[in-house]
Amino acid sequence: MSTNSNNEQSGHNEGYNFAYLDEQTKRMIRRSLLKALSIPGYQVPFGSREMPLPYGWGTGGIQVTASVIGPKDRLKVIDQGADDTTNAVSIRRFFQMVADVATTEKVLEASIIQTRHRIPETPLNEGQIIVYQVPTPDPLSKIDPRESETRKMHAYAEYGVMQLTLYEDIARFGHIAKTYDYPVLVNGRHLMSPSPIPKFDNPKMQDNPAIQLYGAGREKRIYAIPPYTTVKSLDFDDHPFSMQSWSGCCSLCGSTTSYLDEVITDDSGGRIFVCSDTDYCNDRQAQLLCDEHSEVQT
Amino acid sequence: MSIRLHAEGLSKTFTLHTQGGTRLPVFRDIDLAVRGGECVCLHGPSGAGKSTLLRSLYANYKPDAGRILVEHGGKIIDLLAAEPWEVVEIRKRSIGYVSQFLRVIPRISTLDVVAEPAIFTGAAREAAANAAANLLTRLRIPERLWSLAPATFSGGEQQRVNIARGLMVHYPILLLDEPTASLDAANRRMVIELIQEAKSRGTAVVGIFHDEEVRNAVGDRLFEVGKSIDVRSAPHAEKEKSAHVGASVE
Amino acid sequence: MIPAPKRALPPPLLSVNGVSRSYGKQLGCQDISFSVRPGEVLGIVGESGSGKSTLLACISGRLQPDTGSLVYDMKDRGPVDILALSEPERRRLARSEWGIVHQNPRDGLRMDFTAGGNVGERPMAIGARHYGNIRSEAQNWLEKVEIDLSRTDDKPKTFSGGMQQRLQIARNLVTRPRLVFMDEPTGGLDVSVQARLLDLLRGLVRELGIAAIIVTHDLAVVRLLADRLMVMQRGRVIEEGLTDQVLDDPHHPYTQLLVSSVLQA
Repeated sequence: MSTNSNNEQSGHNEGYNFAYLDEQTKRMIRRSLLKALSIPGYQVPFGSREMPLPYGWGTGGIQVTASVIGPKDRLKVIDQGADDTTNAVSIRRFFQMVADVATTEKVLEASIIQTRHRIPETPLNEGQIIVYQVPTPDPLSKIDPRESETRKMHAYAEYGVMQLTLYEDIARFGHIAKTYDYPVLVNGRHLMSPSPIPKFDNPKMQDNPAIQLYGAGREKRIYAIPPYTTVKSLDFDDHPFSMQSWSGCCSLCGSTTSYLDEVITDDSGGRIFVCSDTDYCNDRQAQLLCDEHSEVQT
Repeated sequence: MSIRLHAEGLSKTFTLHTQGGTRLPVFRDIDLAVRGGECVCLHGPSGAGKSTLLRSLYANYKPDAGRILVEHGGKIIDLLAAEPWEVVEIRKRSIGYVSQFLRVIPRISTLDVVAEPAIFTGAAREAAANAAANLLTRLRIPERLWSLAPATFSGGEQQRVNIARGLMVHYPILLLDEPTASLDAANRRMVIELIQEAKSRGTAVVGIFHDEEVRNAVGDRLFEVGKSIDVRSAPHAEKEKSAHVGASVE
Repeated sequence: MIPAPKRALPPPLLSVNGVSRSYGKQLGCQDISFSVRPGEVLGIVGESGSGKSTLLACISGRLQPDTGSLVYDMKDRGPVDILALSEPERRRLARSEWGIVHQNPRDGLRMDFTAGGNVGERPMAIGARHYGNIRSEAQNWLEKVEIDLSRTDDKPKTFSGGMQQRLQIARNLVTRPRLVFMDEPTGGLDVSVQARLLDLLRGLVRELGIAAIIVTHDLAVVRLLADRLMVMQRGRVIEEGLTDQVLDDPHHPYTQLLVSSVLQA
């Protein structure tokens, strides 16, 4: 984690402290983050602050990013895999305004990646931090609304009832129908919501070299996965975890291994599938052009 | 044969708290020893306390004083001093009791009602069912009734189902409360045969038989009940009890 | 006819010693001691307010007694003081070796999950992870409690009261608990439905050799199910013994009143 100084900073807007939050709040959040990293998957309560945007727009992720970002960091923000969607653009601009940090769209150039609903296709490296925006941190809250009870279930690792929700899926649909926010067991101990990423991304959390941080602003919870941690998606022996797959490839870059979005192209039902990760797709398209170019030359 | 059942100094008085604490003495200081292979007939006028004594021997009623020594699992145990769970075990394996009336268990088929006691002792279901079928056949319960619950059977049929259930396990001690009361001659003879078989296996039998034919056929000796207490109050006592306490019919 | 085989007598499964619990000045239960052996069915009768439900809550680990001790013979650890167990240990015990059948099925079932899921939850809670096995075991139990297999994937809120109660029993017995607590298991059911439930319980409890503690105000229930009976009045046990002894030859004035108050059908 980068450390910040509380002296004069060179932000565009002199009216705010560096990265918007005051230094005491950032220290409080960093302490929660350290605790979260020490107990992988455990939900740490924290004093979530009012942010200048509504709940559901990433207030938890922004507070986590604000607490770990420093002047030398380079920030990438994605929403559904894209750098150019409303949520991504406004959060990126927010940090440009209050922290004056460099930004990038390249995964490998970023030191911090804040994300909503995706993990980039390009593998992360040691030293990188990925911050997830989380709407519902506790997977058990839908099963038992009493937090006094769900906290005990976590404390005593009573997770049979989570398995029950998967059982119900198979009984009703013949397979586990959950396609996003698919529950995982972290470090063989804590049940965790991976945030609403597609289950396609679940395997990327396993043994990831980067630090993975999760912030839920409205629910006031922070949790984390330290580098190289075991993250297992729940399943049954006879209904093992499986990822989504597509019969075709990306219409733009031809990738057969990335997560694809369906795009409607006209009013007569025409549609194509393209990578949801725009940075990955652009890279591949550039690479293809480059290859064609070099083929022409030789 | 050795003594299988030995009651010593048995006394029983009912105290009816709902009737202003009326005390009704039934019998006092009874001594009764029964050998294996022997059949003792309890004898005395109606209301003398024969049923009360028989129920006491099964620990269904709690005598106020005395001991009831029985052989159970190779040991001699005082039934009145035994823990409840011990009594349950003793009743499961060592003492059989055929009451006057069948306590019908809803929805359980006749065959299962009869086979149950053996199954409770750990017998295989199939072997128990075969043995139950054999007994029901001998007691002339038509096979078409076996799958029905005995609730709708006639008094005589229920009585025979009850006897079959009571004879299902080879208890070393068998208590019979008027087993032939509502039976015709042919069925009576079959019950006599079954009791004699039990005796020849060494079972100690104590019974109340109003029917002289049965008494003469199976009984080895009579045991007079009702002489040991005040004769004037005894019959009255029995009537009072069955009318007010709501206990099962004498 | 079958000669009776012999078997050794087992030690107590649960020993309750001097358990008391009051609510301020209000009496709950007072100085209750008894023990239950493996496979033994104990009935506790008394009218409303006699303390029988408080006692059941105390001995099933849902309510902390003011005084007294509870010793339970755990399968792998032997006798332990339940009140000295940590909360997770007690919860684990409750879902592996114990079962609780509530008077109101809504308290004991997950109404938004399917019948099969309700039965499968306990096996999953203790580590079952094979869907096919969990489901066939659940269906096996639905059959045992006479619920049509076509209802496996229906939610209990579409079931009748009697079916819900039977489902609750299946949900509890699926992991073969050694001790089941039942709080008025036939309360709120029609008489005909009660009879069916009682037969079923009687058969299952005897067949599986499960020990049970049944709290009820219905003497017919204990007559059919219980080996042994405790009669409670004003927080105390006033008479106890074999069920037929207590019901046929009651000694305490209150028990005599209770027995004589039952209408003979």
